[in-house]
Amino acid sequence: MTMAPVEAPPSPPREDKRWRQVDVKIRRLGARPDGLIEVLHTVQEVFGFLDDDALGYVSEALGVPPSRVLGVATFYSHFVRKPQGLHTCVVCMGTACYINGASAIFERLHGTLGIDAGGTTPDGRVSLLRARCLGACSMAPAVVVDDEVHGRMSPDGVEQMLEAL
Amino acid sequence: MTETGGATPARRRRQEPLIPDGPVRASANVCQAAGCLSMQSDAVFDSLCERVAASGLTDVAVRRVGCLGLCAAGPLVAVPERERLFDHVTAGDDASLDAVVTSLSGGEGGRPIASDPFFSHQVKVVLEHCGRIDPERVEDYVAEGGYEALTKVVTTMTPAEVLAEVTHSGLRGRGGGGYPTGLKWTTVAKAESADGKYVVCNGDEGDPGAFMDRSVLESSPQQVLEGMAIAGYAVGAAHGYVYVRAEYPLAVKRLTTAIRQAERAGLLGQRIADSSFSFEVQLRIGAGAFVCGEETALIASIEGGRGTPRPRPPYPAASGLWGKPTLINNVETFSSIAAIINRGAAWYQAIGTGRSRGTKVFALAGSVVNTGLIEVPLGLTLREIVFDIGGGLPGGGRFKAVQTGGPSGGCMPEELLDMQVSYESLAEAGSIMGSGGMIVMDQGTCMVDVAKFFMDFCREESCGKCVPCRVGTTQMHGLLDRITRGLASREDLAELEDLAAMVRETSLCGLGQGAPNPVFSTLRYFRDEYLAHIDDRVCPAGVCKIEPVEAGARVAEGVR
Repeated sequence: MTMAPVEAPPSPPREDKRWRQVDVKIRRLGARPDGLIEVLHTVQEVFGFLDDDALGYVSEALGVPPSRVLGVATFYSHFVRKPQGLHTCVVCMGTACYINGASAIFERLHGTLGIDAGGTTPDGRVSLLRARCLGACSMAPAVVVDDEVHGRMSPDGVEQMLEAL
Repeated sequence: MTETGGATPARRRRQEPLIPDGPVRASANVCQAAGCLSMQSDAVFDSLCERVAASGLTDVAVRRVGCLGLCAAGPLVAVPERERLFDHVTAGDDASLDAVVTSLSGGEGGRPIASDPFFSHQVKVVLEHCGRIDPERVEDYVAEGGYEALTKVVTTMTPAEVLAEVTHSGLRGRGGGGYPTGLKWTTVAKAESADGKYVVCNGDEGDPGAFMDRSVLESSPQQVLEGMAIAGYAVGAAHGYVYVRAEYPLAVKRLTTAIRQAERAGLLGQRIADSSFSFEVQLRIGAGAFVCGEETALIASIEGGRGTPRPRPPYPAASGLWGKPTLINNVETFSSIAAIINRGAAWYQAIGTGRSRGTKVFALAGSVVNTGLIEVPLGLTLREIVFDIGGGLPGGGRFKAVQTGGPSGGCMPEELLDMQVSYESLAEAGSIMGSGGMIVMDQGTCMVDVAKFFMDFCREESCGKCVPCRVGTTQMHGLLDRITRGLASREDLAELEDLAAMVRETSLCGLGQGAPNPVFSTLRYFRDEYLAHIDDRVCPAGVCKIEPVEAGARVAEGVR
């Protein structure tokens, strides 16, 4: 979890047009330091993850020390520092899902994909994640594949769904 | 799901609700909350619109509404004029769609809502508008009497009168703490501040097994905003923040729409209802940290920092957001305010039991037939909730426990089923009211494993600021893990109990202080299960993987 020293930070890949979306967000928030989490959300939405360049840029744009930006980016579990797979599969491990067999679903995916929670398959196809609770308890066990919630899942069901992606 | 023609998969235009110009004979309210949406209730809405248009019925409406409550039987469609509910309605099932259209045109069919025990035991205050209005149309909320309370407050009442009304209602914090709402409001109102105060709505519903706030935000977001604005008037604040967790994208979207619509309609913003009162609301999105549900951590997060709590006092009422007096209430608390103003404190006070007045929303989940969202008067028994409203356990399963209060709560056994649900009774039984998650567990659930599950949660969500929580939860998890693997001794159990007491007494915030609760409550009611794992190396529920004795360290340790 190292961050490049920011001796010459002003230009991350600024020619990348996607930065404009981030700049719009920063302007809308008045470039105030308390907008840090909101801006990091936007960066992650646009680029998929938060790399050192992005953190350095946000640090300067908001006038927040790099240490604090890194601190925030690593404190919150929603923020990821590595590129994610083409597809994401989130297994909910909330109480209702847990007592209804979420562990079996996770173990199966862990086995077939060969990755741990937070990992991505070597071909970059699927990232496997665990969620604390998605609030989809009435449909336990729940799995979210590419932002779509699927309720009452089974290990077989999720496996088939991932194969069909 | 249908696609429009064309070479590129153009994004289909969103179907507008069907609302006749004249009087409405009947309406089909199609649930569009997260539960039903995951079962493609958006396609149900589209199909119903098509069918109604084709049927020639011109005096019926088809609307998108929020949560209809009985999530277990979704996708749901309600026809309120006939008091009927249609379950398992799917776009691919013509018979299910036809049944709704038949009801719209005056025919029979559907589940009668009034006599269904799932609904008949409920009293809806917070959920009054849930499932009745389109959460993305402020005009629907206004048509149901929305913003009348705010208008009444800013045009005819003094802040002191509002404070008195809320105090007399007996409402207590619905986020779990149960602090008297009127008292909190009065403290903030009295706090001196030359440069502003803040109202913050805590929508960081992190308890696993809880989805009340999500449903309210998805179903009736204006109601939350109205409650916040009334609070702002009462305490003297012109700025509000709603903090919603990132895991609830639909709630975020609908709240964003609601804020924009309310501002455009002049219901929020400058000089509300031509009074001198102005109130604006901003949305802040969490980023996946359970501890941010704690009020001082939530404030740190709104300020853009790491969400770690700080010692109290000073309480946020004296020094909160940016050091200013800040009122923090939960989504459900704010959602109760408009009804209290409209119908009066005496009306609200008349509901409930003892010092627990009013209603409480619970999220029923786990091994129960009717999973879903319910609102009941405080004082109902657990048995009424689990068996009458919840319909008991599915597949003839036998009740073992009901878990309330999330990771800071406890497991109530069968002998407590006739206990009335109130802040006091739950605390006495070793749990807490909590935010309202209620998870029913059957005999196939191992209580030691449940305790381990919650400890794992607290261990990972501990922010790390104070030692008792950071280290204690990890140590307790380790001990629980040994027990579930059949490797623990009686000494380990004693150490677990010591440690639990220490963590409870010495942690900085509610996360650590509450973390031992699942251990305490399962030990109190299910101690024999712990002993079976330790003495007999057996998991009575058959959940835990007991390790072969050769591999166990306990023999080597020479325990027992």
